Amino acid sequence: MANNMAQRHKATTRIWHWLNAIALTVLLMSGLMIFNAHPRLYWGEYGSREDRAWLEIDDTRTTGFVKIGSTTLETTGVLGLSLGADDKVRRVAFPGWATIPTRYNLGAARRWHFAFAWLFALGLTGFMAASLLNGHIRRHLHIRRTEWAPKQIWRDIKNHARLRFDAHNAGTYNILQKFSYVGVIFILLPLMIFTGLAMSPAMNAALPWLHDIFAGRQSARSIHFICAALLSIFVLLHLVMVFLSGPINGIRSMITGKVPQTPDSNPTGVTS
Amino acid sequence: MKNNRDIIGRRALLRGATLGGSALILSGCDALNESDMFRSALRTAETLNQTVHRSLMDRAALAPEFPASDISPVFKTNGSLTGTSAEYLAHVDDKFADWTLRIDGMVAKPMDVSLETLRAMPSRTQITRHDCVEGWSAIAKWQGTPLRLLLQQAGLSARAKYIVFHCADSYGAQPYYESIDLIDAFHPQTILAWGMNGEMLPVKYGAPVRLRVERQLGYKHAKYVMRIEATDDLTKFHGGKGGYWEDVGDYEWYAGI
Repeated sequence: MANNMAQRHKATTRIWHWLNAIALTVLLMSGLMIFNAHPRLYWGEYGSREDRAWLEIDDTRTTGFVKIGSTTLETTGVLGLSLGADDKVRRVAFPGWATIPTRYNLGAARRWHFAFAWLFALGLTGFMAASLLNGHIRRHLHIRRTEWAPKQIWRDIKNHARLRFDAHNAGTYNILQKFSYVGVIFILLPLMIFTGLAMSPAMNAALPWLHDIFAGRQSARSIHFICAALLSIFVLLHLVMVFLSGPINGIRSMITGKVPQTPDSNPTGVTS
Repeated sequence: MKNNRDIIGRRALLRGATLGGSALILSGCDALNESDMFRSALRTAETLNQTVHRSLMDRAALAPEFPASDISPVFKTNGSLTGTSAEYLAHVDDKFADWTLRIDGMVAKPMDVSLETLRAMPSRTQITRHDCVEGWSAIAKWQGTPLRLLLQQAGLSARAKYIVFHCADSYGAQPYYESIDLIDAFHPQTILAWGMNGEMLPVKYGAPVRLRVERQLGYKHAKYVMRIEATDDLTKFHGGKGGYWEDVGDYEWYAGI
């Protein structure tokens, strides 16, 4: 059996992938609970109930709604107003099934969030360093000049639309995969860390440029929330893609690192 | 309630789909949240954060200060809106004319300082951002007496480690209190503010004096401060965790994040 298997993912990639999956899940769900303490977002340095929010989630006691700018969407049952597991109406922004812990508890959510933030930040740093040293970035994530060709990108979009994935072209990522992985690893995830730090009053004293580059603490909080939303969309698409492109091989290769060899595959072009 | 159920009922289906997956995660997380061992593991992150913050930054690193144009048009009121003790209410009636701030505990010369004396001391004025643990922020101009001047006058003992602030407001039977370490107590921006936006500090914002400890979250900024006590042990006060919200809501004692 071993002879028929080709190496796909490095151990560092696999360990980080699963640690990060746990960390991001906890960070998202505890983050939604923290958001519930003040479900309004602002731009600039300050912002409270007394100021104009660009996004708010609230309720009218009988309906829940999300208001973005001047547009109001009714979201009864999910956002703003929902039923708890005990069938009692809860006037909270994000429902209990989406938060850690289930019942409103800001203190506990913050403890979860700030503990798993360490796992997340150290994990990302370790993965980046390892991937730089072992060639993962250079070989698999680096977007080559030829790949930027619009024709090439368009072809890849068409392939995705037809659900034709180069599943057997194991180990090389197509251009859309590279865009999303590079965007997540080098833009969204670091932004989560830096906007998170920019919300800390102590870090504002230690590194004043941090909240300056985000144009204020409340802007940093808004960007933190937007990046979390984009990451959630990425994870959903990622799961859909894994499902469509062969979930058994996909998940197995992220656990054992190996995929079955097929005649037309090119294992030597894969990893290490 | 019947009405609410109907309104929500048609959306409940939506919820069902997601429920399966997240119920597994949630029941696990809620169980962990109830475990003392897990909670104390999470708490180590607070120590880690405090240690890293303290080693990363200069003791005197200043919190950002802002131009007057950045002051919030309306500063949100929060927490208690007045002191509750009979003694405090009497002071409100006579405009704090006989009010004194008690400074005692591990000091060589315990003292009582009148508001007039406090205002006559050298003061610091700063336009800073107040960050609530809930996530909102508001900016105001604060004027007050640097805490370090009072501690120096009272002769702070070398054995003291913390400064405890006893307040006149309370939640039910529980009086509000807070505490900070000496690094923050001697920080140049740590003041007992008696002025706000160019006026005497209003009652709803903590009159006659409130603490400003600018590198930490709002719940550390004790309002209605009546007594300042130097100590080497926080466990002997109230719930033992160094502050009202720390005791009641399991908030971090170090509120730098």
